[in-house]
Amino acid sequence: MIRVENLTKRFGDFVAVNELSFNVAPGEVLGFLGPNGAGKSTTMKMITGFLEATSGSVSIFDVDVAQSPLEAQKMMGYLPEGAPAYGEMTVAAFLNFIAEVRGFKGAEKQQRIDKVVSEVQLGSVYKKRIETLSKGFTRRVGLAQALIHDPKVLILDEPTDGLDPNQKHQVRQLIKGLAKDKIVIISTHILEEVSAVCSRALIISEGKLLLDGEPQQLESQSRYHNAIQVDLETEQAAALAKLTALAGVASVEEIESQRCFVIFPEGGKNILPSVIRLLDEHQWSVTNVHLEKGRLDDVFRNVTLSSGERVNTRLVEEKVA
Amino acid sequence: MSAVTTVMKRELYGYFATPIAYVFIFMFLVLAGVFAFYLGHFYEKGQADLSAFFNFHPWLYLFFMPAIAMGLWSPERQLGTVELLMTLPIGQHQAVLGKFLAAWVFAGLSLILTFPLWITVAYLGDPDNGVIVAGYIGSWLMAGSFLAIGSCMSACTKNQIIAFILTVVVCFIFIVSGVSMVLDAFAWAPQWMVDFVAGLSFLTRFEAIARGVLDIRDIIYFIAMIGLWLYLTQCVLQRNKAH
Repeated sequence: MIRVENLTKRFGDFVAVNELSFNVAPGEVLGFLGPNGAGKSTTMKMITGFLEATSGSVSIFDVDVAQSPLEAQKMMGYLPEGAPAYGEMTVAAFLNFIAEVRGFKGAEKQQRIDKVVSEVQLGSVYKKRIETLSKGFTRRVGLAQALIHDPKVLILDEPTDGLDPNQKHQVRQLIKGLAKDKIVIISTHILEEVSAVCSRALIISEGKLLLDGEPQQLESQSRYHNAIQVDLETEQAAALAKLTALAGVASVEEIESQRCFVIFPEGGKNILPSVIRLLDEHQWSVTNVHLEKGRLDDVFRNVTLSSGERVNTRLVEEKVA
Repeated sequence: MSAVTTVMKRELYGYFATPIAYVFIFMFLVLAGVFAFYLGHFYEKGQADLSAFFNFHPWLYLFFMPAIAMGLWSPERQLGTVELLMTLPIGQHQAVLGKFLAAWVFAGLSLILTFPLWITVAYLGDPDNGVIVAGYIGSWLMAGSFLAIGSCMSACTKNQIIAFILTVVVCFIFIVSGVSMVLDAFAWAPQWMVDFVAGLSFLTRFEAIARGVLDIRDIIYFIAMIGLWLYLTQCVLQRNKAH
């Protein structure tokens, strides 16, 4: 269990993290969401004991990070932002160093290294210098380093940042495949990642916790939750009025005049059956019907932008539309 | 203690991972020889000792030790590996000590490789080996003080060049505070102050050691210098590591 209580970090006048409190239980994969500069990395640095909190506390399985950092650090694996590693070392030497620091010796040390190398597929670059590796491999070296002691807690700061889609997929599979009794915290600003790997998401902005819930719960807060997109084959002058008049429909937006519509339900109700019935009644041929689960980026934007900015983006969107 | 050795081993690995370390040792040996033979008039003196060699060590170290020490913390902060190092279960003091020891061992290795000079003296004459051993120990201790200053300066900045220059400046101050020219400038001051300034100097301390007088106070002075500057390194890191 990780307990974060009223965690605050100030750099001079600037408040990077503001009274943040949350708990994470074993088995949870927690996604830290927020715009750049929201305080995600700073929070992670305090959890891992790199930075001291201005006030508040962090405890890892009842070990206070500020009071006994080494005890807490033994339980954690950490991938700092950008996956820093000693470039002049070979992957073999680097992992050997980490394993030694983690207190492994002799046969067990080699066994640990071999295991993690096969887990994150580093075999082909094992004897190469880290500075010569591609971004994807460097990131995997960082992951290997964090995983070598099979930690109870894994803190990964933007583990897929800068990777290509295949590499991203691999890293996500790896995170998903970790033992189910671990605590994993990942930070990201890629929203699809949250739906892909996290069992819970926190949205923070300007150092404050704005939303906490399962990705599905967050999606359901979106305007688009259970909205239906309908693309008709030909233009139907009556369609807009008919759709708007349906029971349970709050509003309808025309994406393309008289042809493509997004239908928003009242209070997130499921209006798919009645929409289909309507389409059927009028024998309008349809090229696409899509039920939206909700858009995380929509929720994200709504909660992280200050009210002034929100108005501005809406204006821009209206102009574009 | 094992964390200190692990950090030290990694740091030494870093030195020898590139040819820089070998070039460094080569240049050190060449310059140590040039200083001893041309500036120290090693042959012309006709004495069976290494004072011509040791006397120039403070000046030799003024540029060589900052060059070793500048890499201790600046690149760690520049590349972000300091975050990795400080979130491993290693105490900050252990990391500071381990890295310093690596630099000190490396300096010691360079120093040991000057042994042909000793062999030359032993072949040509009948030197007092005790004096030479004392000279080597004193020289190594002084190198440690230079490196500890460099460690602290390196923690102050992400830029290795700036770290190098800062270290040279601070070490220079600690050398020249023993030069008579500087001490003359303190002619107005009471004698105890002049003694204090002179006492701070590497030069004053090292001259005695180079003559073969291994005074316990001088040894304590160098060890205290190392301890003080390593402590300061830790304080600076604590303050700066996040930026």
